Amino acid sequence: MNRWSIADLSPQALRLLALLAVMVLVILFFGTQIDRYYSTRMFNRVSTSVAIMALIATGQALVVLTRNIDLSVGSIVGFTAYAVGGVVTRFPDLNPAFAIGAAVLTGAAFGAFNGFFVAYARIPAIIVTLGTLALFRTFLVEYSGAKSIITADLPEWILSLPRTNLFSIGNLDIRLTFAVAVIVVVVVHLAVTRLRIGRKFYAVGSNPEAAVVAGIDSRRIVFLAFIACGALSGLAGFMFLSRFGNITVVAGLGFELKSVAAVVVGGVNIFGGSGTVIGAMLGAILVGLLDASLVRLQYMSEFWREAILGFLILAAVAIDSVFMRRLFAWRYARREKLQARLSAEGKAKGE
Amino acid sequence: MNIAETGVAKSPLQKAVGHLTDWEGFLLAVLLVTIIANASMSDVFLTVNNQINLFQLSIEKIIVALIMTLIIINAEIDLSVASMMGLAACAFGWLFHHDVPIGLAVPIVILIGALGGSFNAFFITVMGLPSLVVTLAMLIGFRGLARVLVEDRGITDFPEWFDALGQQPLIGPFPLALLIFFALLVFFIVVLHFTGFGRYVYMIGNNKEMAVYSGVAVNRIKATLFIASGTISALAGILFAARVGAVRGDVALGFELDIITMVLLGGISIFGGRGTLFGAVFAMLIVLNLRNGMALANITHHLQTGVIGVLLILSVLLPNMRGMIRQFRESRASAKS
Repeated sequence: MNRWSIADLSPQALRLLALLAVMVLVILFFGTQIDRYYSTRMFNRVSTSVAIMALIATGQALVVLTRNIDLSVGSIVGFTAYAVGGVVTRFPDLNPAFAIGAAVLTGAAFGAFNGFFVAYARIPAIIVTLGTLALFRTFLVEYSGAKSIITADLPEWILSLPRTNLFSIGNLDIRLTFAVAVIVVVVVHLAVTRLRIGRKFYAVGSNPEAAVVAGIDSRRIVFLAFIACGALSGLAGFMFLSRFGNITVVAGLGFELKSVAAVVVGGVNIFGGSGTVIGAMLGAILVGLLDASLVRLQYMSEFWREAILGFLILAAVAIDSVFMRRLFAWRYARREKLQARLSAEGKAKGE
Repeated sequence: MNIAETGVAKSPLQKAVGHLTDWEGFLLAVLLVTIIANASMSDVFLTVNNQINLFQLSIEKIIVALIMTLIIINAEIDLSVASMMGLAACAFGWLFHHDVPIGLAVPIVILIGALGGSFNAFFITVMGLPSLVVTLAMLIGFRGLARVLVEDRGITDFPEWFDALGQQPLIGPFPLALLIFFALLVFFIVVLHFTGFGRYVYMIGNNKEMAVYSGVAVNRIKATLFIASGTISALAGILFAARVGAVRGDVALGFELDIITMVLLGGISIFGGRGTLFGAVFAMLIVLNLRNGMALANITHHLQTGVIGVLLILSVLLPNMRGMIRQFRESRASAKS
C-alpha cells in the first residue's frame, strides 16, 4: 500500500509523460526509416517551425482553459506579420525591441477586441472569433492593398534572427526563437499553475457558476485570456515574419485549427478547466515533428502526410480518453477497497 | 375580419409564421432591406437569371447548411463537412479516371460520404469524444485523403452532359442542384418541425441528460445526424464537381466556416436547442443577397467576408443588448418600488 506507483501521479503529469514517451517513440521510429534523420538540419527545421506554433498553442490553451475558443489566431498572426513587416521595411533602423513590442501590442489589441465581446457582451466565443477570423483577415487585405512583404526589403537583423544561435548542446543548435518560445511557455505555465490569478483560469473553466459564487470576476479572467492569446499570437506573427520573410495576405491561414489540434493532442480538455500549457506545447511539438518527419519519408507519397496527421490526432485523443477513463475507474475501485478494509479494521477494533 | 374566421384551424403557413421568433422577424427585415437596396442599385438584380445565379454560386454551401442546422440544434458541430465535400469530389474524379461509369461512381461516392459520417459518429457516440475534436481531426484527415486521391493534378475531362447537369437548367429555369436544395429543404423542415425525430433533436440539444433519462435513443439520433451530414456533404461535393467541371485537392477548402456562419446567423444557438430552419433559410438568403449585391457593386470578395463576419457578431450582440437594457430597466423599476 505504501509502495509508490506511477498511477499515483496526477493525470496531468501522466499525460505529459505519455506525450514525451510518444515523442521518443516517434523519433526512434523515424530514425530507422529515414537516412540521416538525427541531423542538426532536421532538428533546426522542426524547432524553428514549432517555435511559432508553440506560442499560438499556448495562447489557445489559455483561452480553451476558460471554456472558450479563439478561431481568429491565424488572422492575428497574418495581420501582425504583415503590419510589422511593413513598418520595418519603411523604417529599417527601427529598434528591434520596438518592432517586437508593436507586434505583441497589435496582437493584444485584437485579443482585447475578441475578449470584450466574449466576456462583457456575452457572445459565445465561437461566434465572436468566427466573425473576427473573417474581419481581421479583411483588415489585412484592405491594409495591404494587394501588395506583399518581400524578404529583400527587410532589414538584416530580422532575417538573421531565425538563424541566430543561443547555445549548442553537442551538435544541436538551440535557436534563439525556439528558446524564447520555450521560455515563454514555461513562464506562462508557472503563472497559471502557481499564481492566484492563474488558478482562476482553471476555476472559471471547470465551473463558471462556482467561480462566480467564489467571488472570482470571471469576465475579467476571460477578457485577460483573450488578450494573452492575442499577444502571444502577435509574438508568433513576428516570428512568422522573421522565418518566412515573404508575407502575403494568406499568411497564417488555417493556424486556428492547427493550434486547436495541438492543444487537444496536448491533453487540454476542449470543454475547459483541465490541461496544461506545457502539454499544449508538447502537442505542438509532436504535431510539428510528425509533420516534418512524414514529409521526409521516402517510400510514402508526400500527399499521405495530411491524411495520416488527421487520423493520428483522432487516435491520440481517443486513446487518451479511454486511458483516462480506465485510470479513474481503477483509482476509484482502489479507493473503495481501501475504505472497505479500513472500516472493517475499525469495526474489528471497536468490538 | 370577423369572429368566425378566428375559429378556423390555422393553415400550415400561418403556423409556420407563428413559429417565427423576434430574431427571425429581424432577419426578414434585413433581408427585405438588402433586396430593395440591391434592386435599386442594379437593374439586373431582380432578373430570374441573376436570382438563380445567386443561388447557384453557393448552392453546395446552402445544401450542407441545412443538415448543419440540425446538428447545431442538437448541440454538436461538424467541422469536417467541407473536407468531406473535397474528398467526395476527388473520389469521384479518381473513379472517373479509373473508368468507372458515372452512374456507378455517384452511388459509391455517396456511400463514402455515409462511411465518413459513420466514422465521425462512432467516435462521437460510442467513444464519447467531443464532436468539435473528432470533426476537427477529420477536417484534416478527409482533406488529406482527398489530396492522396488526386495529388496535385486537376481532373477536368468530365463528359459534357455531366457538366451540363451542374450548370444548365434542368426543369424550367432551375438547375439540378437548386431542385435538390428545395427538396432537401422541404424534407428537413418536415423532419425538424413536424416529426417526433425533430422534437428529439431539440430535446437533446436542450438537455442531453434529461433526454437520456427520458428514454430517448440519444446516440442513435446523433449518429443519424452525422451520417446524414457525411452523405449530404458527399452529394454536395459531386454537385460542386459538376458545376465547376473540375476537381482539385482543394475543392471546397474552408467552406465549413461559411456554412457555420450562415447557420449561426440564422439565430440557431451554438449551445443547441434553439433556432429554426426558417431562421437558417433567411440567413442563407441574406448572405447570398449581400454577397451578390456587393459583387454587383464591385466590392471585393474579402471585404464581403468581413461584412458577413460583422453581421455574425451583431446577430448575437443586438438581442443580447436588448436583454441587457430590459434587465437594466427592470432593476431600476424594482429599485424605485
